[in-house]
Parts: sequence; C-alpha cells; structure tokens
Amino acid sequence: MKRRAPRHRLFTRLWHWINLLCLVILFMSGLNISNAHPRLYWGQAGFSPSEAWAFIPNFPGWATIPGYYSLAAARQWHLLFAWVFAIGLLAFMVVSVINGHFRKDIATRLKEWRKSSIMADIRAHLRLDFSHGAGQYNFLQKAAYGLVIFIMLPLMIFTGMAMSPAMDAAWPWLLDIFGGRQSARSIHFICAWGLFGFLILHVALVFLSGPIGQLKAMILGGSRDETP
Amino acid sequence: MKRRNLLAGLAGAMVAGCSKVAETEPMASLLHRAEDWHRKAHRALASNTALAPEFSPQDISPYFRGNGTLNPATPAYEAAAANNFADWRLEVRGLVNNPLSLSLDDIRALPQRTQITRHDCVEGWSAIGKWTGPQLGILLDQAYLSDEARYIIFRCADKLGGSDYYESVDLVDAYHPQTIIAHMLNDAPLPIANGAPLRMRIERQLGYKHAKYLTAIEAVAELGAVEGGKGGYWEDRANYAWYAGI
Repeated sequence: MKRRAPRHRLFTRLWHWINLLCLVILFMSGLNISNAHPRLYWGQAGFSPSEAWAFIPNFPGWATIPGYYSLAAARQWHLLFAWVFAIGLLAFMVVSVINGHFRKDIATRLKEWRKSSIMADIRAHLRLDFSHGAGQYNFLQKAAYGLVIFIMLPLMIFTGMAMSPAMDAAWPWLLDIFGGRQSARSIHFICAWGLFGFLILHVALVFLSGPIGQLKAMILGGSRDETP
Repeated sequence: MKRRNLLAGLAGAMVAGCSKVAETEPMASLLHRAEDWHRKAHRALASNTALAPEFSPQDISPYFRGNGTLNPATPAYEAAAANNFADWRLEVRGLVNNPLSLSLDDIRALPQRTQITRHDCVEGWSAIGKWTGPQLGILLDQAYLSDEARYIIFRCADKLGGSDYYESVDLVDAYHPQTIIAHMLNDAPLPIANGAPLRMRIERQLGYKHAKYLTAIEAVAELGAVEGGKGGYWEDRANYAWYAGI
C-alpha cells in the first residue's frame, strides 16, 4: 500500500518552528535596539527630531531581549539569529522548489485571481468556514504565505544588510534599492510590525480552525485529504 | 485571561529563557563569535579596498551631530584649544621602525584625501559630512611599520567615565583608502564636538570606531595587553563588537 503524503512535509515543519524561534528573537531584540534611538527617517541620513517621520515609544523590558536595555547584548542576539534566519529561509526556498511545496501548495492559479472567487473566499473566512480540505490552502492563505515568504522575509534580510556600513561598501546597490540607509531602517521597522501582524492573524486563524489538529499536523505531519 | 496579558506572559517567558541560555558557556561564546563571521563574510564579499559610498555636496547634513565626548575639557585640552591647537602633536609609535611626532602643519602638508561619507552610529542614526585629511596608510609607511604589527591603536585626549577613550583596527582597515586622519569637516577645521583637531575616519565601520581628539597612533602585535584587552573603550566596558562593520 502506498504511504499517504503528510499534510506538512518534515522539512517544512522543521523550518516553520526554527523560523518562528528566529523571528521571535529577532523581533524582541530588535525592540531593544529600537530603544537606542527611537526615531525613524527617510533617505540616506537623519538624526534630529526635526528630520524624523516617526517617534517610536520605548518598549518595556518584558518585550525585549535581553529584558533590560543593552544595545550591545541585543545586537549580539539580533545578528547571531539573523544568520540562522537567513540561511534557514534560503534552505527552505531551495528545498521547497525541489520538493514542489511552492508549486503545489503556495502558487496561485490564474482563475483564483478573479474577483468573484476572491470575494467567495473572503465570505467563507467571515463565516469562519475553513472546510477547503486539510492540506489545501485557500486563496487568501496562499496570498498571505506568498507575501510573507517571498516579500516580507527577504525584505527584512536585505533592509538589515543595507544598514551595515561594510555591506554598503560591498553591495552599494542595497542603498539604491531602498533609497538610503535610513529608509532601509524605516522599512525594516515597518516590515517587522507587519510580520508581527501576520503572526497574530496566523495564530488567531489556527485557533478558529481547530487548534489541536492544526498544531498536531504542524508538529507531527498530519494527513492530507485527497484532492477534492 | 486578557489577550494582552497572554502576549506579555509569553514574551516574558521568552526573555527569561533567553537570559538563562545566554548564561551558558556555549551560547555566550556563540553570541560573541558571530562577530568574526560578520568580518569574514564582509571581507569575502568585498575587496579590501572596496569603498564606502561617497555622496554629493547636497547630501551633507545641515550640521554634524557630535556624540560621546563633546569636549574633553581637561586643562591641557582647553589650553590647546585656546591656542588653536598650534602645539598639538600626533605621535606614530609602537611597532614602527621610524617613530614620528607630527604637528598639524606636518599633517596638512601630506597628500590629502577629501570624501563625503555617511557616519553611522551604533544606535541607528546617520549623518553625512565632508572629511579631509591624509590617509593613515601614508603615515604608517613613513613610520616603517614593523612586520610584527597586526593592529593599529588610536589614542585619544578625551576621557569617558574617568578612562581614556581608545580604539583599534586591523591592518585591512588601517590601509583602506578611505581611512584618513581628518582635520577638516565640511571645509572648516574640525569642531570640538567632532574631535578637534584630529579624528579617525574608518568608513566601513560604525561611529564608535572613529576615535576623536587623536593624540597617537600605536602599532601593536596583539590587543590583549592594551587597556581592557578587547581593543576599544566600548568593547572593554559594554561588550560592543570590536568588528563594527554591521
């Protein structure tokens, strides 16, 4: 008898949890770093309140790594886990191209982009109807995962690199893409909170769609419904 | 339970967990060692002479923020400033075969490099300024750097919290074309807040490497025996990374 494919492949599960750990550490150490200079600017440079477009509140100790203000220690956590995060994402992308995860599960088909079918998907979400088959992603899910994997996560890496003076010497195009170091820093900050928003939405939807089964599947693999 | 409390509770557990893990020997050494990976990665991705981006005059910041010591304010420094730094000397010493002691006029008489570059503070802000001065490499050549020299120490006239400020770089950054001893900012003599009369520019690293109020350049074989042993004032005190390219 042919073994049924798991709903989530081992590598996908492994990456998912490592990536979660990385993002939590990067986010919380990032909040500590933000406390060092809680203003954001656009362009190449900026340091004075008159140049700032955003004034960021001070983040409390319970939300930062470490749990007290230390720019040096926060940077050590941030820059160490940036390696794990970036190499992990690269590995996930390569493996997901090879094992077909992107093609079979994440890629959308042209007919899914029709307004009527998107509206139907939104209505189903509002009814909290998630019965589109275990292991089959609906359009909004694919679009959200695609946005995170292909745009937001790489954006975090490249805006992060653009803030490094040595990387700017190695790859000056980083500054051209983002319009300067301070713009890259602003985008880094906005995108980090965008990912935080994704995390909240993602966890909320797991809770609404049978959290025990979903968690079990993401840890142990679960089983996949036949294509409807 | 309120959702906000749940989030704070989870975050708090994460903070506590991380601080426990950070105390273990392997994690502490890993957190510290990543600095070497950054240096090696940067050196692999760019040649030793790859230039930091240079900007055009209209990009220059309206004024250039001073940070750290804004005035050394010692009697000797006050006297030197009152005298327009006419008697200021910059020594080149340590593992060199021809030690030097240079006046500001000597430094101005050397070939000059002018560059409009971005200064990045470890805290996150940036300012753009136009710097003029001789390349450090020229001074090291004139002093006949010894073969045993591996690091260049920058000695400063300012004290922070009662200790002398100092910094250091390896020979790659010491001989980088943009590593200059600046005596001018935006076509005027260096202001006191920015390190008058002389400061280092280490353009591919963060601001705390750019030592101000420069009094001496010292070639050494190892950093361990110098001051706190970690190669710089903030490195010794606050565990800042010695390689500050990121």
